[in-house]
Amino acid sequence: MATRPTTPAAGGRVAPAREIMSGNEAIARAAWEAGVRFASAYPGTPSTEILEALSRYDDVYCEWAPNEKVAMEAATGASLAGARALVCMKHVGLNVAADPFFSASHVGVKGGLVVVSADDPAMHSSQDEQDNRQYARFAKMPLVEAAEAGEMGACLSAAYELSERFDTPVLFRTTTRTSHSQGIVELGERRAAAPPILTLDRDPAKHIMMPHNARPRHAFVEQRLLDLAAHAEASALNRVELDDVRVGIVTSGAAYGYAREAFPAASILKLGLTYPLPRGLLVAFRARVDKLYVVEELDPFLEEQLRLLGIAVDGGKDLLPLCGEFTPGLVARTLSAAGVPGVDETLLPVSEPLIGELPDRPPTLCPGCSHRGVFVALRKMRAFVSGDIGCYSLAALPPFEAMHCSTCMGAGISMAHGMAKVVDEKADSRNRAIAIIGDSTFFHSGMTSLLNVAYNQSDVLTIILDNRTTAMTGGQENPGTGRALSGQAAPAVDLPALCRALGIRRVTTIDPYDVGQTEAVLREELAAREPSVVIASAPCVLQYKISGEGWSIDSELCTGCKACLRAGCTALSLNGETGARAKVAIDAAVCNGCGVCAQLCKTHAIAGPGVADGKEAR
Amino acid sequence: MSARPTFNILISGVGGQGVVLASYVLSRVALAEGYDVKQSEVHGMAQRGGCVTGHLRFGDRVYSSLITPGTVDVLLSFEAVEAARYLHWLRPGGLVVYSTVRLNSSTVSAGLAEYPADITARIAAAWPNVRALDANALAKQAGTVKAVNVVMLGAVAAALPFPAEAMEAVIRRSVPAKTVDLNLEAFRLGRTVAACS
Repeated sequence: MATRPTTPAAGGRVAPAREIMSGNEAIARAAWEAGVRFASAYPGTPSTEILEALSRYDDVYCEWAPNEKVAMEAATGASLAGARALVCMKHVGLNVAADPFFSASHVGVKGGLVVVSADDPAMHSSQDEQDNRQYARFAKMPLVEAAEAGEMGACLSAAYELSERFDTPVLFRTTTRTSHSQGIVELGERRAAAPPILTLDRDPAKHIMMPHNARPRHAFVEQRLLDLAAHAEASALNRVELDDVRVGIVTSGAAYGYAREAFPAASILKLGLTYPLPRGLLVAFRARVDKLYVVEELDPFLEEQLRLLGIAVDGGKDLLPLCGEFTPGLVARTLSAAGVPGVDETLLPVSEPLIGELPDRPPTLCPGCSHRGVFVALRKMRAFVSGDIGCYSLAALPPFEAMHCSTCMGAGISMAHGMAKVVDEKADSRNRAIAIIGDSTFFHSGMTSLLNVAYNQSDVLTIILDNRTTAMTGGQENPGTGRALSGQAAPAVDLPALCRALGIRRVTTIDPYDVGQTEAVLREELAAREPSVVIASAPCVLQYKISGEGWSIDSELCTGCKACLRAGCTALSLNGETGARAKVAIDAAVCNGCGVCAQLCKTHAIAGPGVADGKEAR
Repeated sequence: MSARPTFNILISGVGGQGVVLASYVLSRVALAEGYDVKQSEVHGMAQRGGCVTGHLRFGDRVYSSLITPGTVDVLLSFEAVEAARYLHWLRPGGLVVYSTVRLNSSTVSAGLAEYPADITARIAAAWPNVRALDANALAKQAGTVKAVNVVMLGAVAAALPFPAEAMEAVIRRSVPAKTVDLNLEAFRLGRTVAACS
C-alpha cells in the first residue's frame, strides 16, 4: 500500500523538469513519451487539445479524421501494423466509433492501442452527459482514469503496458475537469525508438472477425477480463491512502480531488484502473474502515460493481447526485449531512448571489459571424429549422430562436428527411423542415444523410454553412480547408461537386452577408419541392482573423424601432436616454463591419465607413 | 517552511478578454515560487461571447482544481457585471479587483435585458473590499487595449503573496518579444492605480 503523496517537488533525487500543463497537454506529452507513432481524432470538446498538442512533437504522425469511427479504425490499423496508436474523442464521439470500438476489443492489438474518451459532466459543451465508463464494461476492455494532469503520464504509460500485455485496446477516460484543468507535470523522455515497420502480420484467426474466428475470440476476451481483474489487485494505478479509519471512500478521477479536500483525513481507495475492479483490494479496504462511501460523478459505475462483488456500501448515489459535476463543497455538504465525520468545515456554507437581476451572458454568434445573415433570413421566413452541432447551434437562442431540433452530429439532414416524408404536402412553407449543417459536421456525418435525401428523394432543403473551419472547437482544419493537422496542403473538398455527385441536382452557392439574396434563394429553393442544397460560403471571422472597420449609426435617422437588434450582435445596444425613446448605439470597438444590421434598418440609419449602402460593404 | 494554506483566485470576464493569459501568468508565477498549482478553465461553447471564469489555486498541496463558492481570496474581474456575478464566491474579507469596462451581453444587445447603469455603486454597496479601475483606458495609455489583462495583473499584484519582480519575469516570457516593454508598462500602470484607489 502506497502512502499519500506529498508535495510533488519532494524527494531526494534531482528534480526533473516540471511544467504546468492541462490534462490534455499532459496526455499528449505522455503519448509522446510512451513512443506513440500514430494518433487520430475528430475535434470535440473537451478532447480537442490532445491532438493539437501532440502534433507539435516530433516523430508522431497526427491527423484529424473526418469522424471518430474513421479515427478509431485508422488507429486499429496502425496498432495491428505494430505501432503504438492513440485515438481521441469526446464522449459522444465514442457513440460514432462504437462499431469498430467493440470489434477492436475482439481483435486486440499488436502495438498498444489507447482510446481516449473525454466525458463532459455538467454538459459544458455537449448534448448529453453519458458516462462512458460503461463502454469499458460493455466492450469488455480495461478502463484507466487519472485524477489530474500530473498523473496522466503514469496512467497513460500503464495503459499502453496493459494494452500490449493483455492484447486489448484500453479505454482511457477523462472528464472536462481532468482534461482542461492544469497542474504540474514532471517531464520524461521519449521511449527508445521502435524499429521501422516493414511487414504486416497475416493472422486471420485474430484479424478477421468472421463468426468462426470471433467465437474463440469471445472466449479469449472473457478470460482476458479475469486476468485483468487479477492483475488489478497489485496494479500501481490503484492506491490506498489509509488514515482516519472511521471513513473509507472509494473514488477515481476528478472526484478524488473533491473527496480528498472535503475529508482531508479520510481513508481513500483511489482507483486508476476502474475496470475490471480488484475484488481482494476492495474487500481488504472495506475491512479496515468503519463506513464505506463511493464518490463518483454521473452513473453508479463503481458502486454497482462493489455491490455485485458483495462489498457493503454505506453511501453512494443515494446521497450524491446522478447529474452534473461535483465540487469539493458539494461532496463536503452532502456527506457531512449524512453523518460522515471529518469534513473541512470551511467548505460547508452555501453562498448565495449578492447582486440580483444581472443580465445573463450566454455564448452567442461573434460580431461579423458569417452565420448571422442566414439565421436572420430564416427567422424572417419563420422556417422550421432542423439543426446540427456547431457554433450555429447558438441560433437556437434568443434573439434568433431559428432552430427547432438538434440532436447529434449529422442528424439535422436525416431528421428533416424523416419529417418531409410524413408531413402532408398541403402543409405551409413554415412547416417544412429546412436542414442546416456546418462544413465540418457535413464531412463528419452529414454526407450519408444527404445521400439519403437524394436516394430516397425527399424535398428537403439543406443549407451547408461553409465557413472553412471546425469553428466550435476552436478552429481545426477539416477536409474542406485545404490543410491537414500538420499544416501540410491537402485537397480541399469541392462541396457543390460533392453534393451533385451524391445526386442533388439543385445546388446554389450564396453570400450569407447579403440577407436579401439569402432569403430570396432560400424561398425559391424551398418552393422547388425537390432535394436542394444551398451553400452559404464565407470564412469564419474568428479563425481567419477577419476584421472590418466599425460601422456607425445616425441617431437622427434611428427611430428606435429595434429592427436591427434582430441581428443579435453584441456591438449593438439601446442607449438609455431617459425621457426620449431609446435609440440604438453601435460599439465601434466590438463591431466587425459585416453590415447585416444595416440591412435590417428601415431608415438607412446604419452605414459603413465611406459606404452609402450597407449591402455593398463586404 | 511553515505550511502555506491554499490561496484561491477566481478570474472572471468575457470570452476574448484575455482571462486565459492572466491565469497562465499567475499559475507560472506560483510554480516559480515553489507552490503546488491547480488551474481550471472551461473551453468550447463557453468562449463565444459568454462569461469565462478561471479558477487558480496554489498552496503546499492542492487536490481540487475547482474553488468552492465562499472561499475565494481574490476575485479578479475584467468586466463590471462579471464582477458582480461572482462577488458571493469571495470569503469574508476577500478582495475584488475589477475593471469598470462595460461589455454588452447578447441579451442586452437584443433588447431582452438591461445593463445595470449603477453597477459600480451596487458592487460598492454589496462588498466592503473593492478596487475598481478602468483597465481599458490604462491599457490604451500603455499602448494597446489588448494589454488589459496585464493591467489587471498589475492591479491585483499587491494582494498576492508574490514579489512584483516574479510577476514581471513571467510576463516578460509570456508575451511576444516586441511587446515586452508595452506590457511591463501596462503592469506598472495597473500597480500604480491600484495603490492609489
